[in-house]
Amino acid sequence: MFNDQIGKQSNKVKNAVERGAVKKFAEAIGDLHPIYFDEETGRLSRYRNNIAPPTFPRIFDYGTIEGLNLPNKGLIHGEQTFHYSRPLVVGEVVYCYSKVKNYFEKKGNFGQMGFLVLESFGEDEAGNVIFSSTSTIVISEAVRKVLVK
Amino acid sequence: MSTLTQLQVGESLTEVQLEPVSRMDLIKYSGASGDFNPIHTIDDEAKKAGLPGIIAHGMWTMGNLAKLFTAYYEEGFIQDYSIRFKGMVFLNDVVTLRATLTEKQDPLLRFKVQAVNQQGNEVLKGEVVYHQYGH
Repeated sequence: MFNDQIGKQSNKVKNAVERGAVKKFAEAIGDLHPIYFDEETGRLSRYRNNIAPPTFPRIFDYGTIEGLNLPNKGLIHGEQTFHYSRPLVVGEVVYCYSKVKNYFEKKGNFGQMGFLVLESFGEDEAGNVIFSSTSTIVISEAVRKVLVK
Repeated sequence: MSTLTQLQVGESLTEVQLEPVSRMDLIKYSGASGDFNPIHTIDDEAKKAGLPGIIAHGMWTMGNLAKLFTAYYEEGFIQDYSIRFKGMVFLNDVVTLRATLTEKQDPLLRFKVQAVNQQGNEVLKGEVVYHQYGH
């Protein structure tokens, strides 16, 4: 039922790697290493600045994919990947967008399960990709039936 | 282990056992990540979704696991981090995080990573490809 969405993508949204947000995120995952928040540690590092944890892109705004209506309940996060060309640096601007990479269904423990693969990107000002990520969202038959109504 | 370069295939990074999962952990992650799906924080909503109780965000556990690599930031960075979520993490679960080197192919180090609960069941597993800077 999401087949016709494959290839659709959102408009790029300007995001910033905010210092306070990085610290709060590092705290929330119990990874309060000074490289993420201590300015002196950042300055003395090879990055000349603080960096962000690898799963930090979770917090970015990736815009809206027109016509993709996902329920806000009943979704299962099945898989997640990140690919980086370099770590994200505190203070930098990142342009983010997502696209529907794939959708398929297969028989599972709870009936015909739907698998929606969203791919997201973060680019620098020049358009170079800093990171990409994929999220595989599992949508059960019960949830899809509600969507059809 | 002071550097990743010294690590041999088959050896592991020092594993980390997390404190029992608390509701406050998940409230904090909701706030920091912007993922306010109530099955992670509110009992009634979790029950309505057919769960025995609130569960941790998969991304909370995945985020925690990455800290096994944080101290090596001068040596390289996580180039690829791929996870399959295998099981749910409930309140008071005790999660242990592990990473084992499976392949060295300069400049890349490939690790098998996993998080297990107190019963020894895998809650997530996957791979980290670590990119070492030139040396």
